[in-house]
Amino acid sequence: MFSTLADSLDKSFRDLRGVGRLSEKNITDALRQIRIALVEADVEFNVAKNFIERVKDKSIGEDVLKSIKPGEQIIKFFQDELTELLGGDQAPLDLNPPARVLICGLNGAGKTTTSAKLALRLKKEGRRPLLIACDLYRPAAIEQLATLGKQAGVPVYTPDASETDVVKVAKDALAWAENQNGTVLIFDTAGRQEIDDKLILELKRLHEFLKPKETLLVADAATGQQAVSVATHFDDAVGITGIILTKLDGDARGGAALSMREVTGKPIKFAGEGEKLDQLYEFHPNRMADRILGKGDIVGMVEQV
Amino acid sequence: MAGFFKSLINKISNRADIDWDDLEASLIAADLGVHLTTYIIDDLRDLGRKVTVDDVVEITRRHLSDKLPPDFPELTPRPDGKPFVILVVGVNGTGKTTSSAKLGLWLKNRGHSVCLAAADTFRAAAVEQLQRWGNRLDIPVVAGAPNADPSSVCFNAHKQAIADKTDFLICDTAGRLHTRHNLMEELTKIRRTMAKQDETAPHLTLLVVDATTGTNAMQQAKEFHKASPLDGLIVTKMDGSGKGGIAITIYENLDIPPRFLGMGEEPDQFAIFRRDTFVKEVL
Ligand SMILES: Nc1nc2c(ncn2[C@@H]2O[C@H](COP(=O)(O)OP(=O)(O)OP(=O)(O)O)[C@@H](O)[C@H]2O)c(=O)[nH]1
Ligand SMILES: Nc1nc2c(ncn2[C@@H]2O[C@H](COP(=O)(O)OP(=O)(O)OP(=O)(O)O)[C@@H](O)[C@H]2O)c(=O)[nH]1
Ligand SMILES: [Mg+2]
Ligand SMILES: [Mg+2]
Repeated sequence: MFSTLADSLDKSFRDLRGVGRLSEKNITDALRQIRIALVEADVEFNVAKNFIERVKDKSIGEDVLKSIKPGEQIIKFFQDELTELLGGDQAPLDLNPPARVLICGLNGAGKTTTSAKLALRLKKEGRRPLLIACDLYRPAAIEQLATLGKQAGVPVYTPDASETDVVKVAKDALAWAENQNGTVLIFDTAGRQEIDDKLILELKRLHEFLKPKETLLVADAATGQQAVSVATHFDDAVGITGIILTKLDGDARGGAALSMREVTGKPIKFAGEGEKLDQLYEFHPNRMADRILGKGDIVGMVEQV
Repeated sequence: MAGFFKSLINKISNRADIDWDDLEASLIAADLGVHLTTYIIDDLRDLGRKVTVDDVVEITRRHLSDKLPPDFPELTPRPDGKPFVILVVGVNGTGKTTSSAKLGLWLKNRGHSVCLAAADTFRAAAVEQLQRWGNRLDIPVVAGAPNADPSSVCFNAHKQAIADKTDFLICDTAGRLHTRHNLMEELTKIRRTMAKQDETAPHLTLLVVDATTGTNAMQQAKEFHKASPLDGLIVTKMDGSGKGGIAITIYENLDIPPRFLGMGEEPDQFAIFRRDTFVKEVL
């Protein structure tokens, strides 16, 4: 993919050989190609457009046309900009007491698995995490978290199957946590569509009650153009503090990362790369940039081996 | 997608000149993909006159219609009296378990007897999840021990369905990424196992695709199709902001048609795919 983009860029620059520096006029065609490549990598259309607009201004005057492979040069340029944008503030989680982490996201994004992964990770760092099951809808969601908690060796608060009020569950869980000697509370919530007002309101109520320092949006790396709608709706509703991308062990290009980062300005905190509980990793902006531009996550793959 | 239509009207009727970029953005946002969008835009430009909202709707609908399959007849039990076996596959979290249960109810509501096989023996509480659904919908569920071989669960469920003369057997499988070779092999093994008691089984293999998925859905379909030939798609989460335009791309490139749609978490939020309804909903 990377080479395809590079090749076609080379082609569009070929005619320009000898022209010298990039100018507004001679770069237009190349920019369009990059925009299409980004959209095909699932970067939202307007995000791609704005990103390119900004980078364009910087690229004008660059000396790429003299190089043998102007296509690769210009991609390198975009790669660096993308890395910078994706990186931003990579602050660690705010876990000052009372440390509460609220996990939210679309149906099936990977929230329950990620909650358990995060718990395991924090435990390995020497903290004492607790898991709290706040999904009262999905059949056997509570059992799922209970099972994963057991695997991670982390205590889990499991509400009664008849509970329907998530704020009451959270309240009971806080009382339970008092006696658990835990230092970080992780709340797993039900999956919901971002345009489902009723369920978003439920999440808002829970958020208002808990006042968590961290509210993390869990999102599937394969999310398409809707990533913008998803991220803005959740952010507007509860003010997310960060994003966790899941299923990066697949081959999705992951343009959603850029879309969500751009529209919310919130950092991507972790990357889920497998179903196993220890497969939650630091997020690497440079690898993500390569991936979105189609260069393949070679470094990541090598490291995993 | 009513919102799309409205924004389209604003974009076009409030302007002397059409903003092609904006229109392109709207179409891509509806998940029509870059290629289909380009055709539509080209057709509109070719009109060579001031483009109206009606033009956009009409041309888009025509392109969509052209690219979607005609309606399939409803599923009917096998004439030989053996169970009609449906295999439900897909990547993690798309809605396989929920859709298996919904499809079970859909068939049951049409007077057929149904049995569910809980062949996801891997994910935490996956078996319990399907069992809950079975209880709720009053559909029998055959399960194996945790970490049992999914093939053996399917085999046993098939055996029971044959003995009980059940019309339809629906096998819910574990989520797996199409990039995991050994997990894809497992599907091949399940198919071989199903063929042991009825060489024509499975009779229908459905890939569950999440409507929010972007271009990767195409990759998913391609790889699953290789490991386990697909007869159709269940496109889920159509109640979200994703409109499942990716189904068009998949059908166009791989000839795998959308067969059912999931539109919510409730068991009756499920429908058979109908071309006209789908086209109206996307626009
Ligand atoms: N391959 C892979 N699978 C993952 C990853 N994270 C989660 N999953 C799988 O994705 C599926 C859905 O995960 P869940 O944790 O149940 O998702 P959820 O968001 O809690 O789902 P709901 O609560 O129903 O909305 C499961 O099969 C998980 O094993 C990941 O990083 N990689
Ligand atoms: N809004 C909405 N949610 C759905 C739909 N179909 C399934 N879901 C939800 O999506 C989440 C995942 O559904 P599952 O049926 O567990 O998905 P799965 O493919 O079996 O997941 P794994 O077995 O872990 O790979 C659950 O929260 C379901 O309630 C749908 O059509 N609309
Ligand atoms: Mg969950
Ligand atoms: Mg399942």
